[in-house]
Amino acid sequence: MSKMTLEELRKLREAKKQEAAQRDTEGKDTLVIVGMGTCGIAAGAKDVVDALLDELKKVGNENVIIRQAGCMGLCHVEPTVEVRSPGIPNTIYGNVDGEVARKIVRQHIMDGRLVNKHVYDKPAADIIEQ
Amino acid sequence: MEMVNIKLNGKPLQVKAGTSILKAALTDEIKIPALCAHDDLDAWAACGLCVCKVEGSPKMVRACATEVVEGQNYITHDPELQEIRTTVLEMILSNHPQECLTCGRSNTCELQSLAGDFGIREIPYEMDIKDIEADKSTPSIVLDPRKCVSCGRCALVCQQLQNVWALEFLERGHKTRIAPAGGVLLNESPCIKCGQCSAHCPVGAIYEKDETRKFLAAVRDESKHVSVQIAPAVRVALGEAFGMEPGTLVTGKIYAALRKLGADSVFDTNFSADLTIMEEGSELVHRIKNGGILPQITSCCPAWTDYMEKYANDMIPHFSTAKSPMMMQGVMTKTYYADQIGTKAKDIYTVAIMPCTAKKYEITRDDNMWASGEQDMDLVLTTRELARMIKAAGICFDCLEEEDADSPIGAYSGAGTIFGVTGGVMEAAVRTAYKLVTDNELEDLNVHAVRGMAGVRKGVVDFAGTDIKVAVAHGMAHVEEILNEVREAKAKGEEPPYHFIEVMACRGGCIAGGGQPYNTNDTVRAQRVAGLYNDDEKSVTRRSHDNPEIAKIYKDFLGAPMSHKSHELLHTKYQERPIYSK
Amino acid sequence: MAVKNYVLVCGGSACESAKGNDIYKSLLHQAEVQGVSNDLQIVKTGCFGFCEKGPIVKVLPDEAFYVEVKPEDAEDIISENIVKGRMVDRLLYKEEGKKEYKPENIKFYQKQKRIVLRNCGLIDPESIDEYIARDGYLGLEKALFELTPQQILDELKKSGLRGRGGAGFPTGLKWSFTQRIDADQKYVVCNADEGDPGAYMDRATLEGDPHSVIEAMIIAGKCVGADKGAIYIRAEYPLAIKRLEIAMDQARERGLLGDNILGTDFSFDLEIRLGAGAFVCGEETALLASIEGKRGMPIPKPPFPAAKGLFGKPTVINNVETYANIPVIISKGGDWFARYGTEGSKGTKVFALTGKIKNSGLIEVPMGTTLREIVFDIGGGIPNGKKFKAVQTGGPSGGVLTEDFLDTPIDFDSLISVGSMMGSGGMIVMDEDDCMVDVAKFYLDFCVEESCGKCAPCRIGTKKLYEILSKISQGKGEIEDLQKMKDMGQAMKKASLCGLGQTAPNPVLSVLNAFEEEVLEHINDGKCRAGKCKDLVQYSIDESKCIGCTVCARKCPVNCISGDRKVAHVIDQSRCVKCGACYDSCKFGAVLVS
Repeated sequence: MSKMTLEELRKLREAKKQEAAQRDTEGKDTLVIVGMGTCGIAAGAKDVVDALLDELKKVGNENVIIRQAGCMGLCHVEPTVEVRSPGIPNTIYGNVDGEVARKIVRQHIMDGRLVNKHVYDKPAADIIEQ
Repeated sequence: MEMVNIKLNGKPLQVKAGTSILKAALTDEIKIPALCAHDDLDAWAACGLCVCKVEGSPKMVRACATEVVEGQNYITHDPELQEIRTTVLEMILSNHPQECLTCGRSNTCELQSLAGDFGIREIPYEMDIKDIEADKSTPSIVLDPRKCVSCGRCALVCQQLQNVWALEFLERGHKTRIAPAGGVLLNESPCIKCGQCSAHCPVGAIYEKDETRKFLAAVRDESKHVSVQIAPAVRVALGEAFGMEPGTLVTGKIYAALRKLGADSVFDTNFSADLTIMEEGSELVHRIKNGGILPQITSCCPAWTDYMEKYANDMIPHFSTAKSPMMMQGVMTKTYYADQIGTKAKDIYTVAIMPCTAKKYEITRDDNMWASGEQDMDLVLTTRELARMIKAAGICFDCLEEEDADSPIGAYSGAGTIFGVTGGVMEAAVRTAYKLVTDNELEDLNVHAVRGMAGVRKGVVDFAGTDIKVAVAHGMAHVEEILNEVREAKAKGEEPPYHFIEVMACRGGCIAGGGQPYNTNDTVRAQRVAGLYNDDEKSVTRRSHDNPEIAKIYKDFLGAPMSHKSHELLHTKYQERPIYSK
Repeated sequence: MAVKNYVLVCGGSACESAKGNDIYKSLLHQAEVQGVSNDLQIVKTGCFGFCEKGPIVKVLPDEAFYVEVKPEDAEDIISENIVKGRMVDRLLYKEEGKKEYKPENIKFYQKQKRIVLRNCGLIDPESIDEYIARDGYLGLEKALFELTPQQILDELKKSGLRGRGGAGFPTGLKWSFTQRIDADQKYVVCNADEGDPGAYMDRATLEGDPHSVIEAMIIAGKCVGADKGAIYIRAEYPLAIKRLEIAMDQARERGLLGDNILGTDFSFDLEIRLGAGAFVCGEETALLASIEGKRGMPIPKPPFPAAKGLFGKPTVINNVETYANIPVIISKGGDWFARYGTEGSKGTKVFALTGKIKNSGLIEVPMGTTLREIVFDIGGGIPNGKKFKAVQTGGPSGGVLTEDFLDTPIDFDSLISVGSMMGSGGMIVMDEDDCMVDVAKFYLDFCVEESCGKCAPCRIGTKKLYEILSKISQGKGEIEDLQKMKDMGQAMKKASLCGLGQTAPNPVLSVLNAFEEEVLEHINDGKCRAGKCKDLVQYSIDESKCIGCTVCARKCPVNCISGDRKVAHVIDQSRCVKCGACYDSCKFGAVLVS
């Protein structure tokens, strides 16, 4: 990666914005975001990531990208996982453990059904000042 | 000088820009209580007693650390401030043992006098005294953490003024204490025993090791001849303990007092200061004439010597091998003088009254201090200890008739007496070296280039066509500047930047030594310095080589400066010492 | 199989108890009855945090938000909303004066406003591209190519941003002091030495969005003419440190940090300095001393760091949250920022909401939001049906605020006017089980350990206050102790050197002020109403209620509870350590606290 000029920065920003708008991250259509702040990790977010990866491998779904993010603010229900999948509203799951993570893969991602009891509503996007 | 107009408690006042509220108030004779502020130090703002109000501001400020601002009205005293200060004082007292009667600072303690002024009759809070044993590891000073009020003066003196860093703040919160880093004892630390910490401590938490009992025991021992010498700086400071102005010359009264206290002979360190000049001056001339190692650096200050051996031992070849005047006096007393009165070294008990705590360490610093076959100096007492002995003996110091020192090692020249002030050793050496180099006498004996209070002073003295480059430093923190010049020149293979360097550990020289009366600041220093220069001016002889007793001792006993006998008795060696010995 | 609708039923404990489960069952039933089971999925969710209007049902993707739903409403929700696609108007949440439902009208969401945390939880903190995609480094772009230093200062001043570290000094003014000084070297320093108990706003910001702080520091460097900066962060934050390091490396690779940023002649670089966890190093002069390698002790101000800071050079020093605001202030303008907040306190504030609260977490609200809104709307109120007692703001520097102050708008000035302070943003909620003597003692204990020991009022005062509080909590207090604490508190406030000592008595003074009666109970009656002060508490077993289940006896760590199965148990008072395990474990309310 080389040093950027102003023009290059602007180009990069536009390209990345479009990617985000199309939800086309590296050509994959489902995005799973795991809250990986110290709080999330302490509550077991790493196990969740492992379980997600493992389960996706088991079901043979290669259309999902898993990313980490900082704290979502929902400390009382860590670890938290956000799923953005086409056709289903964006969903935040709380109190996720390995078992719930596997359910998220099988039920939400593969089957389009939300996982009972762990839905903590859609992401907080609507409170962010754009 | 830029001036600012302020008000103090509503009263208009004009003071220099940059003045603290504390000092501005003093110009109008208003005293704001403070325990940590000291004229020698940057404001540290620890004690919390000097809080003041600025009209129009809800916050209180520290008078010690706040510079006055044009147009402000400062309230230094009112009932609210009084209450806050009283509470803070009560808190401080709850951490301080109430052992005033047996404390070395009784009657001179700053905390005691504040408690008196504020009329504290009881301490409302639970007493909480640190349970840590006093550090008595050095021969010079005692550090008693129980009495420490954590004002920080000692640590700041040790770090900022002296650049020694023996004392540091350890732990934190209520466990905070001041001690050598790593929790080692002072004796295992970089401490150079200068005692500036003890001279600045507002309470009795660091104090000189009191050895007055040893003096009394020696005097009572009839088999001993007790011989006392007094250092140059003592004569312009001791009077302060008896209500005299700083700088008052009380040499004759001290001789008289010592005899009353039981001294069998009374000599003067100034005599051996002259002797030191003969040896050290000849050594310098020898180095200059024979391509010896230059610059030569003075070695009369034991704190400086200790510092050099720890922090700057690459300078050992530069050090004059001449012993300090006190040690020379000791060995001359136990050899030359012993012969004269027909006694033996072991039957003489030598005592030195010094402005210095490091001198207590110097007398046993290495084997060379036993040149007479016995320990050359048996006891060192500081000016403060002498003052106490005089008071305890019920002597009316004021009423004493002036007396003379004993012969044959008691007479001194003006050059000897200015050893007590920064630049004085250099000036005395110049007066004699000039003669040794040019065979002529220096006309203007006041060598102005090396006088003054600047931390480092550099000058050139014209030795009949030859430029002799000299430098003077005082306050240990200033010495590295000069040493680095020497090191740089050496590294580059250049000519040494100086021929002769004088260093004294304490700011102002011995007149402000660690064993001198309390409350020393630059005003007091100036008065004591003036006292010594005055002694010089009125002296019959002002050059060491003109002192008739000096001529006599070389003729009768030593032969010549730098003779074999001189080397045996009057010169020493130096060694590298670790900064931390544990 | 894809479903068309999602019906979310709040499954939080408050809604559960308000018939959430019955609603869930009726909805399932109605869906089946009306033959739409395959078109929808009915889901029980975690708490929406809007319990005062519960039970709540939400239908997606329509965003229909139904409040105070009863089981019998299930029929209408299915028949209208799912079958016909019309919202059930009578159940929709409406704010007073507004008829139409719109998602942004819902108080719960509206109450949070994320400026500082704009990227936290949304982007991968280890990806600079994601930061850039969300307009990252746009502020820097403007600062480098469009604005003069004076214009940057103007935007900051217009924004009204005040330092988020606690004292609330106007940031623009602070920068302008450094900007106008002519010096060969200036520095920009970030205070990430977050140390209040219960506060983790800065950690979360650095872990979730490290570039926002880095970008702000570069902007500060450009503004004041500094080319070096340092982030002083406590070593206990390893993840934040790692992410900062990654972010700094990425910024350097992209030419956003280092020499000739974005091809201009402006250069700026950063380094990380680790703090050893001394609370006092959050005080800026102590922090700078610590960076210089000295013992972290405050020095008197003035001179302020803005004029004479790191290594004696003019230094801009702000905390993490302050910096995190700056990139957006520059990219969107000061006026945009000033739209949020109150007259004297603009923008938002991040709080770490903890303690006896249902939804503990990291929240960001506009300045001026009331405590009531935070505690009861966002936080969802007190769990387990307990009664609200107080909220502590400002950590060891702040005070407790009682119910009387719940409607205080939160901003710098009003919190001070009611005896607390903003502090860095810790907010701890207390209920009737919290003893206020114990709370004050907790904070004093913290300050005793964290006082640097330099100045007498703080060093001695914290210890003495703690000792007196300990005495009171043991029932050994005397009535004169109250005056002693007030005297010392006053002296500490006025005569301490730095903020730590000046504010350390606040927790005590505010408890004495708001809960004097409770303190007096400890002194006069030897009673602790909350049952927290162990020396004043006795546990006993009510024979009439005890069924002899033996749970308490098994939980007791010192085996001092005896009794046969099905026979009332007895506590041996001489051996009881008052841990409360029996009280917590008894399902029959048979363990009594007195």
